[in-house]
Amino acid sequence: MVAVIASHAIHRSRGLGVSVGRGVLIVLALLCVAGLLLLPLIAVFVEALGKGWQVFATAISDPDARTAVRLTLTVAAIAVPANMVFGLAAAWLMTHYEFRGKQLLGALIDLPFSVSPVVAGLVYVLVYGVHGWFGDWLDAHGVRVIFAVPGLVLATIFVAFPFVARELIPLMQAQGNEEEHAARTLGANGWQIFFRVTLPKVRWALLYGVLLCNARSMGEFGAVSVVSGHLPGLTNTLPLQVDQVYNGGSDSAIAAAFALASLLALLTLLTLLIKRLVEWRHGGELAHPVRRH
Amino acid sequence: MKQFSLTVCLAVAVLFGATASAQDSRLLNVSFDPTRELYKEADTAFAAAWKKQAGKDVRVTTSNGGSGKQSRAVQDGLEADVVTLALAWDIDVLADRGLLAKDWQSRLPEQSTPYTSTVVFLVRKGNPKKIHDWPDLIHDGVQVITPNPKTSGGARWNFLAAWGWALRQPGGNADKARAYVGQLYHHVPVLDTGARGATNTFVQRGIGDVLIAWESEALQSQQELGKDKFDIVVPSLSILAEPPVAVVDKVVDKKGTRQLAEAYLKYLYSPEGQELVARHFYRPRLPAVTAKYAAQFAPVKTFTLAEAFGDWRKAQATYFADGGVYDQISEAGH
Repeated sequence: MVAVIASHAIHRSRGLGVSVGRGVLIVLALLCVAGLLLLPLIAVFVEALGKGWQVFATAISDPDARTAVRLTLTVAAIAVPANMVFGLAAAWLMTHYEFRGKQLLGALIDLPFSVSPVVAGLVYVLVYGVHGWFGDWLDAHGVRVIFAVPGLVLATIFVAFPFVARELIPLMQAQGNEEEHAARTLGANGWQIFFRVTLPKVRWALLYGVLLCNARSMGEFGAVSVVSGHLPGLTNTLPLQVDQVYNGGSDSAIAAAFALASLLALLTLLTLLIKRLVEWRHGGELAHPVRRH
Repeated sequence: MKQFSLTVCLAVAVLFGATASAQDSRLLNVSFDPTRELYKEADTAFAAAWKKQAGKDVRVTTSNGGSGKQSRAVQDGLEADVVTLALAWDIDVLADRGLLAKDWQSRLPEQSTPYTSTVVFLVRKGNPKKIHDWPDLIHDGVQVITPNPKTSGGARWNFLAAWGWALRQPGGNADKARAYVGQLYHHVPVLDTGARGATNTFVQRGIGDVLIAWESEALQSQQELGKDKFDIVVPSLSILAEPPVAVVDKVVDKKGTRQLAEAYLKYLYSPEGQELVARHFYRPRLPAVTAKYAAQFAPVKTFTLAEAFGDWRKAQATYFADGGVYDQISEAGH
């Protein structure tokens, strides 16, 4: 009898221990999320509006700020479709064919994740800068890459490259290619197979990858900072403009910087909101055997 | 897919539109960090003056950053029509690369420095740590804010001001100067990469007891945040900081902007330009403007770089090059 009661007690206390442990973990996780993610996000908007709407409106209607917004959207409008095409092609290659160097291609796709953005930027300066490998040729033909918009686009494409491919590869692997084989035996050609069979199968994962890629493209700082030259009104993207305005140092400059930062945050939040919607509506079609981000 | 190709076409169009508009009358001034307010106003004022004088539109863009970093960007191909940097060495490097004539400094009046400043101390209101001169900076418990001389041009002037003061004390010599400056850098808790960063550290984040700063930075901080927050302390002896300006020959000849670029720099020497300079707390060169703004600038006993160290080429090689005196001092500190 005593033994039974004791064992019950042990069971109960163990159960209690587990639930206490779980509770502590949940609280810790919530604290981390609040402290590391939520509070800073709120702080951006509080600081942005701290000096009133007037300061906010002046900050975001400044001509240099407007150019920065336009430039950020332009760069994303080029980099994201380019990465969509590259990502699709890379994922298609990785999952539909066996070839020598496949491992290497897989590693290359991941390269931008592992290389620091500042190194990526410096590499572009080394290759395309005036003293770089193609510097003389580019200069002779009047083409400017570094300290101009093409450099910003290249650097952004580099850092945002893996998102689409990494999103598609696991899904394509899981789906296999029976449908494609079936389409082929029914007489479809390569393009028809791609547009009518493969693309519909992966469209939601593709959209998801594109959205992540877009968020990264708009927010990138390190690589574009190296190749930009920081010309206000010419080559300052929104993140660079935020940094530059913030370094002005006066109270009004800091408020203006946060106004711009809140704009940037809104742009990326919008992207993530669309992402959530996609997840919510099409969660079933987004098989994620491997989830990296 | 159609929509996608449309986007690409549009994007390419925007891209070429951007490069095409860069062909208009445009000047790029690559400057150092604490001149952003000065040139923001000077750029617009010059455009107005040029319109009146030549009847043409011009748009001047100024890029700001650490002086050494900015010089590096110009070497790497940033097409600056003019450079307005913190110290002559950063322009000498460009001359070594063949971007402008080696004798650039003799092409404009006053060794190509249309304005000057000097190194002073910014302390918290009431001067609680009683900092009056250089020796007070190395007292126990005093935290000094100054940027990293390896990356910041302003910080090199700070370093040389401290060194020059120590050298000119009774019985002063290089060993004593090294000992003093070495101790000074032990009192620095944060080494920012640029002068403006250091100002922000001291003013906005409230770190440190004293900021070694250019007078222009100190006066501007005081103006922006109120005289009730900071006091300016003028040391017994300081350096005359001479930030030079130059036209980048290779760029203006390629772009055909020489006339405009030269006019822009000459504007800085004009009475109107000198007024602007003084309003942004740099010391003007024109005696009339100096007299008008005399109340703004406390009398300071200064020595020049030429008097104490020869020229920037020498100062750079001795103190700031890799393995130079600053490196030796900071290594000894670890």
